[in-house]
Amino acid sequence: MVMRLTSKKKNPNVVVKPVYAGSYQETIVKSLTAHKSGKPPTAAILLSTDTFTLIDEEAIVPMNTFVKTDADRQWLKSFFPAFMLNGQIDNKTWGIPFQRSTVVMYYNKEAFKAAGLDPEKAPTTWTELVEMGTKLTKRDPSGNVTQWGIQVPSSGFPYWLFQGFTTQNDAILANSGGTTVAFDDLKTIEALQFWMDLSQKYKIHPPGVVQWGTTPRDFMEGKSAMIWTTTGNLTNIRKNAPFEFGVAMLPGNTRLGSPTGGGNFFIFKNAPEKEQQAAYEFAKWLTQPERAAQWSIDTGYVAVSPAAYETPALKTYAGEFPPALVARDQLPHAVAELSTHDNQRVTKALNDGLQAGLTGTKTAEQALKDAQAEATRLLRPYQ
Amino acid sequence: MTPTSSHVQAYLLLLPAFVFLVGFTHYPAIGTLIDSVMLALRGGRAPAFVGLDNYQAMIQDPVFWKSATNNLWFALATIPASMAISIVMALWVNEKIAGRQFLRMSYFLPTVMPMIAVANIWIFFYTPDYGLINQVLQLVGIKSQNFLGDPNLALMSVTIVAIWKEAGFFMIFYLAALQTLSPSFREAAQIEGASRWYFFWRIQWPLLMPTTIFVLVNALINSVRMVDHIFVMTNGGPNNASSLLLFYLYEVGFKFWDRGYASTLTVVLLAILAIAGLMQFFLLDRKTHYR
Amino acid sequence: MNFSDSKDRSHRLNNAGWLTTLGAWVLAIAWVLPLFYALWAAFHPAQYATSFSLTAPLTLENFSAAWQAAPFPRYFFNTIVLVLMILVMQLVLCTLAAYAFARYTFFGSSVLFSLMLVQLMVMPEILIVRNYQTLSSLGFVDTLFGIGLPYFASAFAIFLLRQTFKTIPKELVEAAQMEGASTLQILRHVYIPLAKPTYLAFSLVSISHHWNNFLWPLVVSNSQESRPLTVGLQVFSSADQGIDWSIISAATLLTAAPLLFGFLIFQRQFVQSFMRAGIK
Repeated sequence: MVMRLTSKKKNPNVVVKPVYAGSYQETIVKSLTAHKSGKPPTAAILLSTDTFTLIDEEAIVPMNTFVKTDADRQWLKSFFPAFMLNGQIDNKTWGIPFQRSTVVMYYNKEAFKAAGLDPEKAPTTWTELVEMGTKLTKRDPSGNVTQWGIQVPSSGFPYWLFQGFTTQNDAILANSGGTTVAFDDLKTIEALQFWMDLSQKYKIHPPGVVQWGTTPRDFMEGKSAMIWTTTGNLTNIRKNAPFEFGVAMLPGNTRLGSPTGGGNFFIFKNAPEKEQQAAYEFAKWLTQPERAAQWSIDTGYVAVSPAAYETPALKTYAGEFPPALVARDQLPHAVAELSTHDNQRVTKALNDGLQAGLTGTKTAEQALKDAQAEATRLLRPYQ
Repeated sequence: MTPTSSHVQAYLLLLPAFVFLVGFTHYPAIGTLIDSVMLALRGGRAPAFVGLDNYQAMIQDPVFWKSATNNLWFALATIPASMAISIVMALWVNEKIAGRQFLRMSYFLPTVMPMIAVANIWIFFYTPDYGLINQVLQLVGIKSQNFLGDPNLALMSVTIVAIWKEAGFFMIFYLAALQTLSPSFREAAQIEGASRWYFFWRIQWPLLMPTTIFVLVNALINSVRMVDHIFVMTNGGPNNASSLLLFYLYEVGFKFWDRGYASTLTVVLLAILAIAGLMQFFLLDRKTHYR
Repeated sequence: MNFSDSKDRSHRLNNAGWLTTLGAWVLAIAWVLPLFYALWAAFHPAQYATSFSLTAPLTLENFSAAWQAAPFPRYFFNTIVLVLMILVMQLVLCTLAAYAFARYTFFGSSVLFSLMLVQLMVMPEILIVRNYQTLSSLGFVDTLFGIGLPYFASAFAIFLLRQTFKTIPKELVEAAQMEGASTLQILRHVYIPLAKPTYLAFSLVSISHHWNNFLWPLVVSNSQESRPLTVGLQVFSSADQGIDWSIISAATLLTAAPLLFGFLIFQRQFVQSFMRAGIK
């Protein structure tokens, strides 16, 4: 990816050396490791939720440092507001969107038809989700489920999918300063209860923790008629699904909603100034509408600026393949991804709680109360 | 050679190796001990003596206890199972059995494959519904199990992978030992009309004791060390059901950047290994009296 | 006891009955299953990764996709250099140390020996946090040398070699001494050649261990400068997009192939060298 991009680089004085470090989890570890050992990368694409950690570790510089001309200011304002939420702290912009996403719902149109449902109408409310999910759940004569109605993965980082449920129930998990969390808010508990009910009460969702990695595969194998996963899987599913499928916004309850996700571009503090400046230029180049559009087409991630959607490439693509626009259309309902100080640890507390609830080890209330207690303890030094 | 110069020569010979040994084993061990009572929990600016604070936090940490008890079960399962299987493998391969070469190769195969790679394949085996094991289970009428996503099954699932990985390696040691046993034992047993079981239990097993101890120690070390597959398969989940101590240590040290607490966890690991080492020492003393 | 009776029993003692053979084979098949699956998934297109129909077409696509998805040539290079570097250092350092323990009496020898044995139990990964600090302050993070450093002195090697050296007959040593050989020459011409099986056995163990080592290289390597195959694999199979068994299997086979072939070809020597090394 970056190889292709850098071969088209505009400024011949800038040489961009791409270092592939793997998933976001590995990249943040690598970047901080490198920073702590005195050899930081110049720039990196990291999860937008790592912003607090990066600031606490004094690893990054805000973009504002480089924004000097009017054109620069325009550029800073050109992104979708939803994507700027995680990057802006203390009135400074610390990271700019590069590869962003939302959760979307993929659904199996053929399964819909077989169940007597309109293949063009995905569920739009929680009630519809349960109704349609029930019709879509098929069992064989011995009672084993051959096709689930809905599957929402919960391995690794269930908090992200959970934010779909909470936002739809009008609950917010953390404050914008990243210093307090509200895991045990009543509406949050309701959201978890609903997710648990899908498998425990309504029996339209697989039991236990569902693997993130195999969910797209599960969908394509026909194991689940509807799945929630990142829009970044769009191109993969489009290429490999043996049936007609649709993409829809997540169904809502009190409101519609999804978290944003994905990576921001950060510039590291201890890199030499000239390299920082070059990184800034590179960032601007990377996020130009044409480039952003191409990246979106290639992967399914959301192009980071409205301008990208006006480019001929993306317009044609969206014309042929309307599902490409769903994630973008969901943006007005999107909220910031959960992010606090000591983010990894606080998120782990929530993840553990969610998995406890989904496996029936704890009740929704107990799971979230415990998570809240742990998170509060962790955040105390930051208040 | 005069006595003094031979002393000096010995020290010189030992020096290079010991630089590395001390540098990466003894020195960091002591350093870790110091770190565990020095640094504040949340990597503060300058280290300060905090006494047993870190240890207190650890005792109150449910994830630590979960990882520790998991590790205990993991050890209790992998050590006897892999040892027993490896002896059986060695005994089988040692005989005139059809396809001996193939058998030996198959048993040893897991050792040469990197755990991190094979773990992905095991994910397929464990996948609900269309995963290999579940396909077989469903054929015989058992419901599909969520091996990696059910807290009651996750630890067992990763344990099986560990046993599979190391049994073949231990087999080689037993095989070598079996092949050095004097054939006169077998002849004597034949003349006496001994059964296979008798031959094994009364003759081979005691003679294999040194190997058994060697394998036991290795299995014990592995039960602390083998965490690669957890990274890929469960990430310690669900809800820490498959978290092991070394894995948790990595998370605390390299994901949470909490050096003080990570050092504390390391001290626990060191203590466990120290006890194991002492056990080995005493066992070795008692049981190997054949030489 | 009559003759036919004892012949039966000796037959039983030496040749495996059909039940044993069946059991052995079932176990072997179970043991090789993951490899079989990897072969299946790697050579067939993605849609056949989970369904085993006999009419599935073969393809090499997965291998080329895997090869291009990550800088494998670099990873191979890193791993080969790393493994060889560690082995050479181990052979040199541990030969010297084992020689000292085996043939010298000196003050503090048992203390030093016990200290060395500690490393048998406490591997560098256990002390990963501190060892990483050490490496970082030495400036060796993200270098192959840094990854290899903690392993250059192997207690296992010293232990094995000492045992082997101790069995070298004193007469040979005395003969060489009478010809005026220095200690190092004796080491080179008497001890080392006679310890060949041990060296071979140890080398095989060391190579396969370090080829497959994961946790320490994970922590030390930050980029493809020093990243070995194992870390490269994990990084490549934990993508946000989810698991593609076809490509992962292809990548797995590529990574394990050298060791696999090495073992297939040298099976016999492998076991024999362990045997002759007298690992008891």
